[in-house]
Amino acid sequence: METIRPDELADLQLKRLKWSLHQAQKVGLYQRKLKEAGVSPDDIRTLDDVEKLPFTYKKELRAGYPFGLFATPLKEIVRIHTTSGTTGKPTVVGYTRQDLENWSELIARNMTMIGLGEDDIFQNAVNYGLFTGGLGFHYGAEKIGMTVIPSATGNTRRQIEMIEDFGVTAIHCTPSYALHIAEVAESMGKTLDSLKTGIFGAEPWSESMRTELERRLGVKAYDSYGLSEMYGPGVAFECPERDGLHIWHDFYLTEIIDPKTGERLAPGERGELVITPLVKEALPLVRYRTGDVTRLMDDGCACGRGPKIERITGRSDDMLVIRGINVFPSQIEHVLRALPEVGEQFIVYIDRVKHLDEMTIEVEMSRAGFSGELQDLARMQKKITGELHNTLGLRTAVKLVEPGSLPRFEGKAKRVVDRRGAI
Amino acid sequence: MEKSYIVKQISIFSENRPGRLAAIAGALRDAGINIFAFSIAEADGFGVVRALVDQPDEAHRTLTDLGFRVSFTDVIGVKMRDEPGGLSDIASILGDAGINIEYAYAYSGRDGAVLILRVDQVEDAIRQILGRGGELLKASLSG
Repeated sequence: METIRPDELADLQLKRLKWSLHQAQKVGLYQRKLKEAGVSPDDIRTLDDVEKLPFTYKKELRAGYPFGLFATPLKEIVRIHTTSGTTGKPTVVGYTRQDLENWSELIARNMTMIGLGEDDIFQNAVNYGLFTGGLGFHYGAEKIGMTVIPSATGNTRRQIEMIEDFGVTAIHCTPSYALHIAEVAESMGKTLDSLKTGIFGAEPWSESMRTELERRLGVKAYDSYGLSEMYGPGVAFECPERDGLHIWHDFYLTEIIDPKTGERLAPGERGELVITPLVKEALPLVRYRTGDVTRLMDDGCACGRGPKIERITGRSDDMLVIRGINVFPSQIEHVLRALPEVGEQFIVYIDRVKHLDEMTIEVEMSRAGFSGELQDLARMQKKITGELHNTLGLRTAVKLVEPGSLPRFEGKAKRVVDRRGAI
Repeated sequence: MEKSYIVKQISIFSENRPGRLAAIAGALRDAGINIFAFSIAEADGFGVVRALVDQPDEAHRTLTDLGFRVSFTDVIGVKMRDEPGGLSDIASILGDAGINIEYAYAYSGRDGAVLILRVDQVEDAIRQILGRGGELLKASLSG
């Protein structure tokens, strides 16, 4: 499947898409939505026809709580997971026996892709309850014959003893927990020499985090992407090139859309990831809006596997449209964090001046390295503006401000102030 | 010996908005630091406040502790005749010697007028000015 010819893959995807739409037709929500959109599964003759289908939103899944979106009778459903449900009711995901088999297959492929196998000892240091990361990885790892330690989370010193005593070679956890393990191991004087591979997911993490985790844990770190609505982890995964994540196209049909207009974007353009799962039995979905922002990388991969997506750069809810150009605060953050002259905080202001959108970014300077010369500051300002222009394709006004002068946030930072609505 | 004429100017980054100069000046007042001379250079949305003070190290510490970005810049202070031609004398010395003035500001005090200069070759400038009979401020301004 990894090296399937593009035309064969398209045939397979179309066949499975039709099957999946028939499966969706067993759900009241989809009977209604397809009728409203005036399409029936038989209208789908090519993969591009998927654009005729309506999107599915997370709130619709929530509204179906608990079992309203299941396409199979409960007696065929052998497992339930739920999403964390930070806002309102959780989303309930059901799995048939075949769904669990498919999911294990995905995880098994991913782990095989990065060279793991029956010689490896695998510590699965994530929550084993309703969270999909625990059991999902557990069964995938068993499938390829790894020695699985279902360590779950907590008791970090015990986790570290197990790594050492059992000679653990691969670990799966959140990047933040991995950092905690590294800190505790260092305080215990343990070097964790047997660890070679780290699989990190369930929260966004940066390239600088990768560098730090690799240095402190002595692993090669891989990014894992998934969402409960699509079984859980396993949807996309980095290969050893670690330049983008491979999506398993025989299981998932992917599109990138403009989150504001819903229009499909060309390969390479950044937008919201929309997934239509092709093999899901219990919870079939049609054009599911993941809310995650990425782009399809159309330049191939040295490993020879199918098209990749870029690492997730943010949530579509955060997207700004400035003079018709899509901008994500995470892009701005990425540019600024890479510049040593820039300090800890920044704030983006958007105004409409004479019918034109203007973006002003207040940037705290770093505390170090002030020469005292005006021209050095002007040069720095120009450099920041230039780097932002390269990345965003947009001219911005950069204002240098004193370190510590911008507001600090304890929880989620509010870095964008859109003042256009006031007109 | 040229070194003894290099004066430490403090340069302070300041956003271009109301109250910033007041904050800087207030901090120096509270620390009992006297300002001999100062100027503001401004660019797009920000500026640099440049000042000669009687206790540069103390001023640096005080402002840094308050979160300001401060650095020292080497300048020289040239005594000027407070009459027509005073500035011309000094500017000519430097111009003849091929020394470039990056910026300058002046004050006129009890002991006459002083031109503060930031030049590209500070030790060379000192030699030229002294060599042509000019008079320079000593680094220890409080003295």
